[in-house]
This record gives sequence, structure tokens and C-alpha cells, in this order.
Amino acid sequence: MRGRENRFLLLMVAPAIVVGAAFFLLPLARLAVVGATGKLGFAAYTAVVTNPQYFQALASTIVLSVTVTVATLVIAGIAGVFLERNHFLGREALISMLTLPLAFPGVVVGFMVIMLAGRTGLIGEITSTFGAGRLVFAYSIAGLFTGYIYFSIPRVILTIMAAAEKLDPALEEAAKSLGANPWRVIVDVILPALKPALIASGAICFATSMGAFGTAFTLATDIKVLPIVIYTEFTLLANIALAAALSMVLGVITWATLALSRVAAGATAAAAG
Amino acid sequence: MRRPPYFWLQLAFTLLVCSFLLVPVFMSIVAGLTENFFVGVKSGFTTRWIGVVWELYAPTIFRSMYIALATLAVTLVVGVPAAYVLAKRPGMMTRMIEEFLVLPVAIPGLAIALALIITYGGFRDFRTSWGFILVGHVLYTLPFMVRSVLAVLSSFNFQVLEESAASLGAGFWRRFFGIVLPNARSGIVAGALTVVTLSIGEFNLTWMMHTPETMTLPVGLADSYASMRLEIGSAYTLVFFIMITPLLVALQRYGVQSTRTRKGA
Repeated sequence: MRGRENRFLLLMVAPAIVVGAAFFLLPLARLAVVGATGKLGFAAYTAVVTNPQYFQALASTIVLSVTVTVATLVIAGIAGVFLERNHFLGREALISMLTLPLAFPGVVVGFMVIMLAGRTGLIGEITSTFGAGRLVFAYSIAGLFTGYIYFSIPRVILTIMAAAEKLDPALEEAAKSLGANPWRVIVDVILPALKPALIASGAICFATSMGAFGTAFTLATDIKVLPIVIYTEFTLLANIALAAALSMVLGVITWATLALSRVAAGATAAAAG
Repeated sequence: MRRPPYFWLQLAFTLLVCSFLLVPVFMSIVAGLTENFFVGVKSGFTTRWIGVVWELYAPTIFRSMYIALATLAVTLVVGVPAAYVLAKRPGMMTRMIEEFLVLPVAIPGLAIALALIITYGGFRDFRTSWGFILVGHVLYTLPFMVRSVLAVLSSFNFQVLEESAASLGAGFWRRFFGIVLPNARSGIVAGALTVVTLSIGEFNLTWMMHTPETMTLPVGLADSYASMRLEIGSAYTLVFFIMITPLLVALQRYGVQSTRTRKGA
């Protein structure tokens, strides 16, 4: 009876495994091999550190992603805790609006940045009205930063709200009655309780920023992030081995970040519980 | 009720964040309906640009819709049974299968697209068909379906229901269709909405994988941003917003339950 059931269960999970093996595992293995078998050989993998151009791209992508992650955690942290704590008219609508861009592809986010900070953008309009000249920053690293924040806030804010829901108000009351000022309450009570959520959503934010392509593509900035370099190598320069090696490196970075964050978030959650 | 001063400060901050996200959306909607955005709203409103978008890009809109539906069909058939097995036999083995199935989410779309092109690009007919795009979309969305259904099935003891049905003589498939699926419905609905929304908006994979005959809506958007006037890009974006908004509203309504349960899991 049980054996028969196990056969059925195997039958039901088999299609998913076949799809994953044929269209994910096998191609990824091919990608890894192709990356090492170009005219550079295995050196294609080390090129990301040894070649100044690629290293520059890797470094600026990492710096950009870290900055975006920190800024997003601060912005979404403040707004998320506020929205979870306070109930007022229009709160639900605000939450809906803050999570709306969740479904925007990177290209649309890039276009939103052009709307804000492009040549005919709102910000330029405002600064020129005030006689400060037309401020245009959509096509620079500041534009990338703006776009990455734009798509990161909705991703992080829901996780923060879910974690803030579990905060125990009694702990804060206790801290306050012991004479802690609001700043101490944030640092000693709220932040430690949010830590697992901050680590988890921060890692997602970092990994998404590292791999983001559409936004940088639309803005066509002069700063080359790693995904754009990979795209250029593959499509325009037909340097397939190098593109494969660089995307393997990128994939390992994002995967390792997410895997480590789960270990870290799990550890703090266990320590807290 | 009197609110402390920092309530208003935080509210102002949250509203500022909200306007950062929404002002460009409104601007782009207005731009798509304005005769000449550089002149401003005073140049008059028009649906001309929507008409131009329809003329130029209508195939991409329909293609995105049927690719999303095909992606949904595949993720339902492949993902739901897989999630059921993972929920029914929790253990080392199924844990590893789960990790394996959700792995594509951790890898940038660009890398997955390159891997697929390198591996299957030689099969010309497949490479140039929309089935190739479908494969990419399935890989990318399957984890969301599996997780959503798994979260709901793990949140209650459906095995007890199954056992009592079995004791009444219900066979395996009868239990699956009669008990498991109806009980997993909220997870299936939330997963389905996520899959369709993600598929319609997918760009990173699709941009690399598409051919002129398999252009999807987001690929068309990138094309229009690069080569058309701002009003046309805006009108096209408006079409995208119109397609995606009902899905998002539904997702916020029906997706809530599954995030609630996921928190517990």
C-alpha cells in the first residue's frame, strides 16, 4: 500500500525534477564548462579580478548594491515599522501603493527614473523653476541608484512589516519606563527584533541589485555594471566564453549571498527564540 | 486621539517615499495621453499614442498574454503536484528537492538565459519559437508556485483528512483531487497570480532569449524607450499598467492569506 503510494508520489514530483534538470542544472553546467573553454581557458574566471575593466565593473556593481541595500533598509525600515504600528485612515491604500512597483520590470523602473530625473524630468523642471539650472541625473550612477532603490523598497517593506507585527510592545514600554530615550529603544529593542528580517530582505535586495539588468539597460548609463558588461560581451562582442564565466561569477555571488543570509537569519532567529 | 509629534514626522516620510514611487507613474500616464509632453498638458489630451502603440506593438501584448497563460498551465501541472509531495513527505530528501526547485530564483535571469542559449541555441526551431521563452518563464516562476502551495499545505495537517478519506476507501487520485487540491486552493490562487504577474513583466531572461518573432511586452517596452518618442513609450507603459493592475489588486486580496501562513512556516 505504502510502496504503491510512494510510486505515485515519485510520479508527481518527477516532472518538476526533469524540468529543473534539463533546463536549469544541465544548462548551468554547460555555462560553467563554456566559461572555462574559451581562448582564455580557465583564466576567463580569474579575469574578473585580473582584468581592470571587469574588476572595475564588479567593484562598482558591489558598491552600488551595498549602498542601495543599506539605503533601502533604512527607508523601508522606517516606513514599514510606522505602517505596522499605526492605524489611520488610508493606511491600507498607502501599503498598496508602496508595493505597487513590485510587478514592474527593470525597464519600466528605468523609465520611471527618466520621468523623475531625465532630460524632461520632474526634478529638472523643479530645479530650473527655482533658477538652479536643470538637474538631470538619470543617466549617471545617481540614476542607477534611484532606480535600484525604486524597485527595492517594495520588496523589502512587506518583510519588515511582517517582522514588525511580531514586535512585543511590552518590551518597548519596559525600556521606556526604565528611562530609555526613543533612540535607545530603536537601537536596543526594535533593531535586534527586526534583525532576521533585515538580514533576509537585505540579502534579497543585494542579490537583486547585483543581477539587475533592465534598469541599467534603459538608462544606458556611462557606469558599466556587471550585467551590462556580460550583455555587451555576449551580444556585441560575441565573446561567449567570457560572458559565460562572468555570469557564473555573478550567479555564485548572488546565490552565496542568499544562502549565507538564510544561515545568518536562522541563527539570529534561533538565538532570539 | 492625540498623536505624538514623531507620528507626523514618520507619516510625512512615508508619504514622501510613496510619492517617490507614484509620481513617475502618474507622469508617465499623463505623458502617454498628452499630445506633446514637452509642451505640457496644455497641448491637449489624446489617445493617438495608444493607437500608435496598438499599431506597432499589439502582437507583443497578445504574445505576453498567451506566454503568461502557458507558463501558468505548466507551473500548475508541474508545480502543484511537486509541492504536494514535498509537503507529504517532509525529510532530508524532499528538502533537497525543494532547494533544487527554488534555486533559479537565486541566479540572475541574465545568467540563466545565457545558459539556456548556450545549451539549446543549436536547436534552431526551438530557439526561434515562443516555447523557448516559455521555458525561461517556467524556470523563473515555478519556485513561486511551489512555495505558495507548499506554504498552505504545511500550515495544516491535511494528512489527517487524507487518512480518513483513505479509510473510507478513497484511492490516491481521488484524495488528491477531492481533498488536497481544494484545501490548497488559496495557495494555488496566490501562486497563479504571482506566476502570471511575473511572466507578463519578465524582462531579464526574455531580452536575451527573444527573436524578432518572439518579442514580448517588456521587450517591446525597452525597444520603444530606446527608439520611439517619449509619448509612445509612455502610452505603451500605460498599456502595461492597465494589464498588470487587476493582477496586483487580486494579488493583494488573495495573496495575503498565503503570506500570513508563510510567516508561520
